[in-house]
Amino acid sequence: MYKLTLIIRYLLKRRITHFAVLTVALCVFIVVVVMTVMNGLVGQFKQKNHDFVGDCVVGTKSLVGFPYYEELMDDLERIECVEAVSPVVKNYALLRPQYDREQYVELLGVDPVRHSRVTNFAQTLGYHADDPANAFVPVYEPNALGCVLGIDLVLWRDARSQYTHDARPRRAAFSLTCFPLNARGAPAMAGTTVVSNRQFYYSDNSHSGIARVDGSTVYIPLEQAQSLCMAGQRRRVSAVHIKFRPGTDLRVGVEEVRGLWGQFKQKRIDAPDGRLLETVTVEDWKEYRRAFIAPMEKEETLMSVMFGFVGITTVFIVFVVFYMIVSHKTRDVGVLKSVGASCAGVMGLFSGFAFVVGLLGSVAGIAGGWLFLARINRIEEWLYQRFGFQLWDRTIYAIGEIPHEVRVHTLAVIALFAIVACLIGALVPAYSAARLRPVETLHGGRT
Amino acid sequence: MGQRPLILKAERLHKSYRMGATAVKVLKGVNLAVEQGQFVAVIGASGSGKSTLLHLLGGLDRPNEGTVCFDDRDLSRMRARELNRYRNEMVGFVFQFYHLLDELNVLENVFLPAMVSRGIVGWWGTRAAARRRAQELLEQLGLQDRAQHKPYQLSGGERQRVAIGRALMNEPRLLLADEPTGNLDSATGNDILAVLERLHQAGQTIVMVTHDERVARRAQRVITLTDGKVKI
Ligand SMILES: Nc1ncnc2c1ncn2[C@@H]1O[C@H](COP(=O)(O)OP(=O)(O)OP(=O)(O)O)[C@@H](O)[C@H]1O
Ligand SMILES: [Mg+2]
Repeated sequence: MYKLTLIIRYLLKRRITHFAVLTVALCVFIVVVVMTVMNGLVGQFKQKNHDFVGDCVVGTKSLVGFPYYEELMDDLERIECVEAVSPVVKNYALLRPQYDREQYVELLGVDPVRHSRVTNFAQTLGYHADDPANAFVPVYEPNALGCVLGIDLVLWRDARSQYTHDARPRRAAFSLTCFPLNARGAPAMAGTTVVSNRQFYYSDNSHSGIARVDGSTVYIPLEQAQSLCMAGQRRRVSAVHIKFRPGTDLRVGVEEVRGLWGQFKQKRIDAPDGRLLETVTVEDWKEYRRAFIAPMEKEETLMSVMFGFVGITTVFIVFVVFYMIVSHKTRDVGVLKSVGASCAGVMGLFSGFAFVVGLLGSVAGIAGGWLFLARINRIEEWLYQRFGFQLWDRTIYAIGEIPHEVRVHTLAVIALFAIVACLIGALVPAYSAARLRPVETLHGGRT
Repeated sequence: MGQRPLILKAERLHKSYRMGATAVKVLKGVNLAVEQGQFVAVIGASGSGKSTLLHLLGGLDRPNEGTVCFDDRDLSRMRARELNRYRNEMVGFVFQFYHLLDELNVLENVFLPAMVSRGIVGWWGTRAAARRRAQELLEQLGLQDRAQHKPYQLSGGERQRVAIGRALMNEPRLLLADEPTGNLDSATGNDILAVLERLHQAGQTIVMVTHDERVARRAQRVITLTDGKVKI
């Protein structure tokens, strides 16, 4: 019982323990805020990439593409766990607006309805969210060819991430220029030159939330993309995107698709242009978007490591604080042992003290972090309004507001770490205090 | 003398402290026997090893050689748990420099030994009784009005009385007092001695250390410590 009593008294009476609690609270606060923002960023980024490509992609990086995709889609649709498939042509093109300078874009040829079943394509559309079938129909020129532009190609985004939307798409014509390749990968003649050229009208914009995509992607109908970029007898695509039924384990689904693909390739490898199938791989969405996701994940890991150092600092500070407290309290240890307290008891006293310091610090830090995160966007907004200082540049981050969703799991882990850090920090001084012989601490001294 | 049973017996106690390369021999074969109910004073010059001897008797330190037996039980053979019980229940120790805990008030300092031997649950059962006992002790020691004060608010004599209260809390069979009057003026010292005498009359066994001849004379039996040995 003396342990609890003394823990409470030490806590209330000693200024230095308040500092210890404050230190722990600060460290916990920082880690909570950074982890939450970082986790949120990475999580949202991954989610957006997932939404953008669907669950699984059977595709090639080659610009030549691969044939027999229609048979492949039929086979895929027969797999139990496959909900929808969408053929996609991917290529590069030169986009030339009528009154602006030309720019290089990524071309995506899709069937808007099919693609909306596999990805969130429809939801990204500015005007045809409920009607993707007409995504490529310019309202002002219904019989002309339409194209969907990445939102950053057409609309201006201000520093607060707000787009100035028009009520309906403005009239605008673009010419798209491609270099079509034949099935052997050689430039194909389109008429008298090796480039193919076609005019499209702006029919809609797409806001995927991935800055790279929104700033450089032009969507056109699948057949248009095929005829612009891929010459040859058999129609080809770059990829078939797949969506699995809800509840399907991603790995299981991908394995099934791989199995099917293996057989499919085997059967057609000797058919005309069949060797193009050699370049095709089956990847889940994470593998497929690895080039974009991996750097984010690396940053997250780096952050975790850096905050691991914050944790080590906490341990060290707690160690120092406890060392000071215990060295101030060796006489108490002697007194306690002289009235019969055991080594374990003294250890328990200081470990319990450390535990309480860690617990209070964690609770305070988490509460502070929570409050701060709940208001982080308002604080940021206020800073911007008041001082024109923008913490979160919306032109860099495609995410409109600072992530602030606190995960209980993360909090629990952080609190646990903080408490363990305190215990570790207190362990050495507590152990050395417990081992003292009473007389060693009682020689001389007053009160 | 001699009829009453021995409560404490120390034989050939040797104790030396290492000071770097050399060892300072403080006790060189001390023999001592204390009967139940005796009031013994150990007298000796400053630095003669009185405190050292008392620490050995109280189980706060171990001799290099020799044995301390309490009720025929050798302290050096006791396991840690038994030794803790010995310090908690069998002996009460009054230190030369009081050694009260600053964070606890007077009453809590007195019932500290009762708290130490009990866990949270056990304490709830005995709390009231312990408080009553501590209050009684404070009354006996004339400190009933000081129960809620902190040690730093007390005078030296008052602190020493609180320390005596703490030593008596668990009704130990043996009270060890290290210069209980050493830091006090003679009037206050007299008060303390009167308390000890009263305790002795009530049957308490006491071993008191002092360097003051007049103080020693108040005891029933005086032992002189010189040159690390008991002079006969
Ligand atoms: N922990 C220790 N380490 C080294 N030397 C010690 C230690 N404790 C005591 N001594 C030495 O042992 C000798 C006896 O010390 P002790 O405290 O027993 O004397 P004392 O008789 O109680 O003196 P006083 O009357 O001044 O209290 C002294 O010379 C002291 O320096
Ligand atoms: Mg002494």
